[in-house]
Amino acid sequence: MSSTTTRGTRTVEYLVTRTPQMGVDGRPTSVPVMPLGVEPEMHGEHMLINIGPQHPATHGVLRLVLELDGETVVRCIPHIGYLHSSFEKLGEYRDWNQIVPLTDRMDYLAPLIYNCAYAMAVEKMMGIEVTERCKVVRVILMEMDRIFSHLLWIGTTAIDIGAFTVFLYAFQERERIYDLHEALTGARITTSSTRIGGMMADLPDGWTDALRHFINTFPKTLDEIETLLTHNNLWIGRNQNIGVISAEDAINYGLTGPNLRASGVAYDVRKDRPYYDYDTYEFDVPVGEHGDNYDRYLCRMEEMRQSLRILQQALDRLPGGPINVDDPRVILPGKTDVMSDMESMIHHFKLVMEGVKAPVGESWFSVESSKGELGMYVVSDGGSKPVRWRVRGPSFVNISALPKMVEGQLLADVIAVNASLDIVLGEIDR
Amino acid sequence: MADKDLNEGLRDLESGPRTSETAGEGPRGEAADAASHPTVAAMRAKFGDAVRHHTVVAGDEHVVYIAPERVRDILGWLKDDPAQDYAFLMDVTAVDYGGGRPLEVVYQMWSLTHKRQLRLKATLPLSALEIDSAVPLYNSANWLEREVYDLFGIRFRGHPDLRRIMMPENYAEGHPLRKDFPLRGRFSRAEQTRRAMEMELEDYYIPTELATAGMRATGEHASADAAGPSTPGGMRRPNDPDNWALGTEGGAEGGASSPEGVE
Repeated sequence: MSSTTTRGTRTVEYLVTRTPQMGVDGRPTSVPVMPLGVEPEMHGEHMLINIGPQHPATHGVLRLVLELDGETVVRCIPHIGYLHSSFEKLGEYRDWNQIVPLTDRMDYLAPLIYNCAYAMAVEKMMGIEVTERCKVVRVILMEMDRIFSHLLWIGTTAIDIGAFTVFLYAFQERERIYDLHEALTGARITTSSTRIGGMMADLPDGWTDALRHFINTFPKTLDEIETLLTHNNLWIGRNQNIGVISAEDAINYGLTGPNLRASGVAYDVRKDRPYYDYDTYEFDVPVGEHGDNYDRYLCRMEEMRQSLRILQQALDRLPGGPINVDDPRVILPGKTDVMSDMESMIHHFKLVMEGVKAPVGESWFSVESSKGELGMYVVSDGGSKPVRWRVRGPSFVNISALPKMVEGQLLADVIAVNASLDIVLGEIDR
Repeated sequence: MADKDLNEGLRDLESGPRTSETAGEGPRGEAADAASHPTVAAMRAKFGDAVRHHTVVAGDEHVVYIAPERVRDILGWLKDDPAQDYAFLMDVTAVDYGGGRPLEVVYQMWSLTHKRQLRLKATLPLSALEIDSAVPLYNSANWLEREVYDLFGIRFRGHPDLRRIMMPENYAEGHPLRKDFPLRGRFSRAEQTRRAMEMELEDYYIPTELATAGMRATGEHASADAAGPSTPGGMRRPNDPDNWALGTEGGAEGGASSPEGVE
């Protein structure tokens, strides 16, 4: 049995037998109506709700199981591991340089920071001091990706809370950093740009000019985003006093990065354990006081402006000279030498076939990534593959504090708090 | 180079990564003078023999090897003593050197007020992979210790919620980051697929959640869920990591029953 209705020029057939609530005219025949004045007795009955892993507001494949009393969250149990790729295990099968591509697949929102942090940890273990130019270039890349990551954060967080325009503004600017990635490394996300002892390639011609252009024009967009959000009534309502965590708790839960600083703790690896001459750059570390979503937002917005300051100073001081260290243990000889010089060819062959050999040792080295303290722990036994390569991911530790921050809040706030933590599941699940 | 077998890398997939070539089980790094790190000097004075070695690696990173049974005391002292004030437990992880050597549990500490870093290590023999949990002191240890338990099989005494975290709760192939664990897993692809297809709704929830929803874990082990979330025995298929003693290869009931699935 079927009926037809005409919509414009198209004829739509409804199979009435398969949709019993639908009448022959294609309209629903009965609408469930809640009887007035008779509310079901729900007190004391808790409901279990599952969010994710496939949910647009979980920023990946995070799964949250929430126990609700009405709309209030009684308990929040996060489940992770849906994106587990056993990167650390894979690393034990790879040469030191072959691990670089794994690092940017962890945090694909700030890939260059992960590339650099990994290379720095191995270099520290091997006792290699990279060239002055390499240091400044890596500072540039890391600060650029801090902006890159914060832009994604502001865009997606605004969408989660219901402000769509910001997302478009942010992604338009992100696109320009994508272009800079592509010009430097050939890839837009999976950059794999560092090597032990230097970089895959030096900056291409015109790259610094393109970056300068970005630095000069980007603040305008930042202002526009702030105009849209900072004093916006809805934004304030959804963020102020939501997801509050005290300084003491934040430290105890191991929060780092903007999430910690929003609670009023001025800990920044760049200031407290400066690497790559960060102590010679002029920049401020923004610190909040309430530890809520709104302060986390303000901290990240200000961090982008501070990163621009660092970028400007780094570009001004960018020295010439080689980008790679002059160390035959780790750096391939020039292509011309390989073709014309026997010794260089053997050297090239051995480095390619056997890989970089790191001496016995270990190092736990951390940098300030866009999401917090990113620790890289490498252990070598003198071979060309690591005994252990461990990543202390900031998102992993930050998200473990989520239950503390959402229990007692409303269901809708779970999404806002989760967004404000700025997590990336690739690194949480590894 | 000539004797290098081109399939060498592929063999590793079945056998687990090579074990560390470093000889011995002792501390690694250069022996350091305790006076070079104020915390270590104080720790030696307070805990005596529980501080076993003090070494420096990578130039300026101080590593202290401690007696595993004193870890809770030492961490508590590091956290609460105002002269130390290590407010951050940054990282908890483990290292397996392979070849039957003990596992190292690694604690990375950071003192916010004194701007000092310190790394603690406790070595655990494979026969006794248990150590006190740091969760009563540091909440950051909660997930980090779960990760170490999941991937290395080290049990943390007193952990409030010691469950697997990366791998599914009913994962029965052992602990993936151990050196004897092959990259492809212990079961054949066919067995792995069969187990994945057999997952039921209850397998995706932990006993606490099922109890809240008024459901019970299925199967003959369902009665075990009364013991709380820290016993994974409540799941339909028991997960017994202790079946995977080091060096007992081929002990997997699944891998042995369907070897045709191995590519």
